[in-house]
Amino acid sequence: TRAERANLAGVRHILLVLSGKGGVGKSTLSTELALALRHAGKRVGILDVDLCGPSIPRMLRVQDSAVHQCDSGWVPVFVGQDKAIALMSIGFLLERPDDAVVWRGPKKNALIKQFVTDVAWGELDFLIVDTPPGTSDEHISTVEALRPFQLLGAVLVTTPQ
Amino acid sequence: ELRARLRAVRHTVLVLSGKGGVGKSTLSAVLAHGLAADETKQVALLDIDICGPSIPKIMGLEGEQVHQSGSGWSPVYVEENLGVMSVGFLLSSPDDAVIWRGPKKNGLIKQFLRDVDWGEVDYLIVDTPPGTSDEHLSIVQYLSATHIDGAVIVTTPQEVSLQDVRKEINFCRKVKLPIIGVVENMSGFVCPKCKNESQIFPPTTGGAEKMCQNLNVSLLGKVPLDPQIGKSCDRGQSFLAEAPESPATLSYRNIIQRIQEYCEQHHLPEEKIM
Repeated sequence: TRAERANLAGVRHILLVLSGKGGVGKSTLSTELALALRHAGKRVGILDVDLCGPSIPRMLRVQDSAVHQCDSGWVPVFVGQDKAIALMSIGFLLERPDDAVVWRGPKKNALIKQFVTDVAWGELDFLIVDTPPGTSDEHISTVEALRPFQLLGAVLVTTPQ
Repeated sequence: ELRARLRAVRHTVLVLSGKGGVGKSTLSAVLAHGLAADETKQVALLDIDICGPSIPKIMGLEGEQVHQSGSGWSPVYVEENLGVMSVGFLLSSPDDAVIWRGPKKNGLIKQFLRDVDWGEVDYLIVDTPPGTSDEHLSIVQYLSATHIDGAVIVTTPQEVSLQDVRKEINFCRKVKLPIIGVVENMSGFVCPKCKNESQIFPPTTGGAEKMCQNLNVSLLGKVPLDPQIGKSCDRGQSFLAEAPESPATLSYRNIIQRIQEYCEQHHLPEEKIM
């Protein structure tokens, strides 16, 4: 739809951070990459699609933030020293931070689609998408939803063992 | 069908964590080896991490295939009294990605429980993937046909792990799954040369200890980082057997004992026989 295209239309490059394995540092890398790109003068956004274990808000010290809606969708939370990195995470939608998101695939898929198309990102050079471990619903849905847009590629994270 | 299959299982322990990479599979394997050291006990290890099954490699069973017989799928036996089942055994190549949505994963988990011929089992240990999603809901649902003694929840000391683990604790409470306790892995490192202790993952918010106090759950133990653990896992060898003198081994043995005690105390064998 026109609205869907509009929200990601201003995003020049989309980068996925993936790993089959959990706990190897995907969220850490996503955060540091965003901060480094920002430091280099780029306009950056982070989309955290780890619905069960969203780590990015805490890493950027915005775990207590809430999100608002505007006409074109959700307004991301702006983080970083100059509040210029746009962040969207399910972490912001939880009533209490310890609430478990106990959802089966179809419900997760619906939210991910919304996250991809309904966030008013504005003009970005890079949108970094942090993912949970595995190769399942979140990954399939995210790639499917992003396919019509400027998907640059994936960075894969591992540890030595 | 599930009820019939699982009737001969005396104790079931789920190994969970909200967080990935904290050592669930490592602990599941150590627990399995530890319990199976008693040759009179029959131990079963079920790996329901469908996207990232680590158990075959950790148990030294890569490349093994599952056989079918009249009585169902046969687990792969590490020892006579230690049988293992994992989706890893069903893949034609270890690098094949299992890119399945929830419903298909649920189907396989149900099959594992219904079609695997475990026989008489004293301890069924279920290793899970990180998160609180299809696999976790399904295993709790399907195992309601039998009795789950409880969950062992694994974490590392840092807040980024604990925040996911608190969710997992809430998940357990939501689905009325008893919590046997929490294990804190990667809890400090003692240099083998200078014997100095370092906190590689500093417990900036008090670690598992503080979290357990706040949430009124037991801390079963803290296991220090030992490079031999990772090596044993990679090589498919029992860490307890490879490094009997390691402080990590001592911690693991204490944890295994506490889990056993919990299961023995909270279980009423009479119910099972009926």
